[in-house]
Amino acid sequence: MIPGPFSYRRAASIEEAIALLQQYGGEAKVLSGGQSLIPMMKFRLAEPAVIVDINRVPGLDAIEERNGILAIGGLVREVALERSPLIRQRYPIIADTAEVIADPLVRNLATIGGNLAHGDPANDHPATMLALRAEVVARGPGGERTIPIDDFFVDTFTTALGPDEILTEIRVPAPPPRSGGAYVKFERKVGDYAVAAAAVFLVLDEAGKIAGAGIGLTNVYYKPLRAAEAENALLGQVPSGELFRAAAELAAKAADPTTDLRGPAEYKRAVARTMTFRALEAALSRAQAAS
Amino acid sequence: MTTTPIRGLGHPVKRKEDPRFIRGKGTYVDDIKLPGMLYLDIVRSPYAHARIKRIDASKALAMPGVVDVITGAELEKAGLAWMPTLMSDRQMVLPTDRVVYYAQEVAAVVATDRYTAADAVLAVEVEYEPLTPVLDPFKALEPGAPLVRPDREQKTNHIWHWEAGDKEKTDRIFQEAQVVVSQDLYIPRIHVCSIETCGCVVNYDRATDKLTIWMTSQAPHAHRTVFSLVSGIPEHKIRIISPDIGGGFGGKVPVYPGYVIATYAALKLGKPIKWIEDRSENLQADTFARDYHIHAELAATRDGKIRAMRVHTVADHGAFDAAANPSKFPAGLFSVCTGSYDMEAAHVAVDGVYTNKPPGGVAYRCSFRVTEAVHTIERMVDILADELGMDPAEIRFKNFIRPEQFPYKSPTGWEYDSGNYPATLQKALDAIGYQELRREQAERRARGELMGIGISTFTEIVGAGPSHTFDILGIKMFDSAEIRVHPTGSAIVRIGVQTQGQGHETTFAQIVAEELGLPVENIIVEHGDTDTAPYGLGTYASRSTPTAGAATAVAARKIREKARLIAAHLLEVSPDDLEWRDYAFRVKGAPDRFKTMQEIAFAAYTNFPQGLEGGLEAVCYYDPPNLTFPFGAYVCVVDIDRGTGQVKVREFLAVDDCGTIINPMIVEGQIHGGLTMGLAPALFEEIVYDENGTMLTGTFMDYLLPTAMETPHWKTDKTVTPSPHHPLGAKGVGESPTIGAPPAIVNAVVDALSHLGVRHIDIPITPAKVYQILLEKGVAE
Repeated sequence: MIPGPFSYRRAASIEEAIALLQQYGGEAKVLSGGQSLIPMMKFRLAEPAVIVDINRVPGLDAIEERNGILAIGGLVREVALERSPLIRQRYPIIADTAEVIADPLVRNLATIGGNLAHGDPANDHPATMLALRAEVVARGPGGERTIPIDDFFVDTFTTALGPDEILTEIRVPAPPPRSGGAYVKFERKVGDYAVAAAAVFLVLDEAGKIAGAGIGLTNVYYKPLRAAEAENALLGQVPSGELFRAAAELAAKAADPTTDLRGPAEYKRAVARTMTFRALEAALSRAQAAS
Repeated sequence: MTTTPIRGLGHPVKRKEDPRFIRGKGTYVDDIKLPGMLYLDIVRSPYAHARIKRIDASKALAMPGVVDVITGAELEKAGLAWMPTLMSDRQMVLPTDRVVYYAQEVAAVVATDRYTAADAVLAVEVEYEPLTPVLDPFKALEPGAPLVRPDREQKTNHIWHWEAGDKEKTDRIFQEAQVVVSQDLYIPRIHVCSIETCGCVVNYDRATDKLTIWMTSQAPHAHRTVFSLVSGIPEHKIRIISPDIGGGFGGKVPVYPGYVIATYAALKLGKPIKWIEDRSENLQADTFARDYHIHAELAATRDGKIRAMRVHTVADHGAFDAAANPSKFPAGLFSVCTGSYDMEAAHVAVDGVYTNKPPGGVAYRCSFRVTEAVHTIERMVDILADELGMDPAEIRFKNFIRPEQFPYKSPTGWEYDSGNYPATLQKALDAIGYQELRREQAERRARGELMGIGISTFTEIVGAGPSHTFDILGIKMFDSAEIRVHPTGSAIVRIGVQTQGQGHETTFAQIVAEELGLPVENIIVEHGDTDTAPYGLGTYASRSTPTAGAATAVAARKIREKARLIAAHLLEVSPDDLEWRDYAFRVKGAPDRFKTMQEIAFAAYTNFPQGLEGGLEAVCYYDPPNLTFPFGAYVCVVDIDRGTGQVKVREFLAVDDCGTIINPMIVEGQIHGGLTMGLAPALFEEIVYDENGTMLTGTFMDYLLPTAMETPHWKTDKTVTPSPHHPLGAKGVGESPTIGAPPAIVNAVVDALSHLGVRHIDIPITPAKVYQILLEKGVAE
């Protein structure tokens, strides 16, 4: 449980952090909450030569609504999301997600930026951000760029971020009227990665039909998965148990989990279906309450 | 005279040890730091079975800060490449030619700091020639199976065969029985997972020739004797100090190779050596528990009277038989598997087998394989009830050993000391509202919901043990206490057992407080230092209260008898005219004329009668006349999620009977902890190997310890049936809940599915396993 040798650099500004990443090229890793990086280093699954610590970089820890979006700084801790009145009232799906990540000790340090930038399909925020159709803001030597969430997750542990880019902000569209979302996770025990989890965001029209749907799945694919067919099947429909069961079935079909100690692939697919169905029901009840 | 309350037996005295733990002021082995101390780390095998062709330490030795690399070849020259196990087998300290399990110790690195040592471990180059491992004990017994232990004379993986009971009579009853049920049960490998891992600090003082070892030991005296026998160092030149211990649960009874290597390094290098396992090493290489493949049968009459039990078990002991059972009991006390039920005959056979897995088979809060025994009988009784269409409570009442049958001679030779099983079960059923739960279950079933109620009415067997039967490596399993009362009426108690969280510093003080009439806060309890504590076999298998607790009471009574003489002298009456009442010696018929122990203690040093020795102290080495048999009735209610297969424990009631209770708060704490440790293997824990023998559950990410979040609210209650032979009537409680809880939970889950034709599920009952059953039965959501 002792990491290999590495050097440690603490950046005082985003510019300095980017400069350090440029200086060390692929040898450096960004340290934010350390939720994944530190254990991987302790098991020597990751042996970066240089750690660039961005925890002291100012201005990356705000949660605010502006111009029709919710902006979450890359260094916002999970505990801040859990406790934020803005998140709890207007974006309960994000609070759902934050509070099932790891355990309270980890959530005191773990950041939403790290949770996304690690590119781990087992992490929880990616599915939620897929459901919410978020955007990721990256800063690099050439300045700032915005990456749609669907383009962000490239492969297992690989995102669209360049080696000298840092995730600085996540932007989520402000919730329209009659909308609601929920994240439902099944884990073997608290702190475990999901056997399967589903994030669902629904928008209803005035007649109560589904006008918008986002479904993201956790840990059932080589990368965070958008259940696009299931989303499409919902659009324009009147919500019902039957509809939700059909959509959950489509989501489960899109999943391609692997067999491991959490269970056989077919079991995980079944759990993905159950989680999607339950998230649909929870999202619907929030959307109906919001109208 | 004192007005401070005594707070002896039965008082919920707050734990004396807690202030230092709560403030972070405990002293664990890793807190010991000595000047010039070096750090030892261990190179471990990536193979479950391989020949070692070459070990090249040159790169590691060239690293700055690396002091030494120790291999099996070097230990062999010192005669230390092998060590004896507590089961009269032998175990590699470091291998000379082959490794026989994954994560086995291969070489050791000594460096000036822990970080360098960890880096150097990776720099030691070992060339292996992988061999085919044998992981399944049944395959290990087949002809032509890879031989795990070619070092032995017997060229077989079979270690021993052990039997108890009357085979002929049992077979006869089975032949004529109206009903026979049988079931295979597998109780998987699990790990004790004490919060503190194992480790030691070894210091050899060349000036005094004294070897001091701070060590995570549940049995420091036994370990001192083993160290002396292995090393040839005279026993008085070895001091083992077991400081604060962060949980033992049986995992700190065996001697691990790391202790021996660290000791060798300290002797060789003349510097203090520290070795502390990390979590994965602890999980991967330290002794495990369970791994019993059980085939059990019950013979009964058609109206549900059990007549006989027949059990054959294949016990996977890994590569070395390094369990810590009493010598005459290679399968521990597994033969107590007839449980709480009166039957005509039983026969139990166990075969121990070597496989390419880590060695052991320790008690994990299970007093020598009693968990396996209880799991077997409590499952089999439910299976029989299912076969006969009887209620699980009804079949238990019908078969219980009746209160008037105690002391009860069991068909496998045990003499149960005391019990009142029907009263305890009735209390549990009434408290939980059993009939109402059955009605609710019927309603839910009609709605397609899955709810189950499980009962376990276990009998535990603890307090090893009487010297005629119980020894470890020949050392009889008595235990000891030494009490010294100071002139001002405070006292020090030293005991041969070693607390790891059981609260001995409090409960043993309460025993002395009760027996001597001294306030509990004026009594200090010390243990764990072999230079000061009396010899004892240590704490495991719930034996401390039955053995050392009895020793403490007897030693205190010896002091009281001497105190009587002093009191008589002070009161100028004959000793026979005095009686011990309300914590004082009082003149019979004139109870206002009395002397308290505090007054007597002062006189013992200042004004004692001519012809009597001064001072007030006593020692007792207590040889228990029998074991004690705690018992209980547990009821568990579960709901099953048809969409995920998850089992949710809705309600759990534990009614325990551990005889006289010394400290009800500590007993309740023990039960809460033990129930959680029973929940763990029932629903979560299992050590898993892949087909190569690589352990897949080497971290807490994959080896699932339940947390407070997974743990239901435990309800507890009690009945009190004192042990007739223990001086206090106490029986021991630490392991009862760990033993009683798993079958209660499994019985509840099986009960929830019994209407679908489910009769048994092996633990751990994971959501994936349950979901598969739901799919097969067509009720998955």
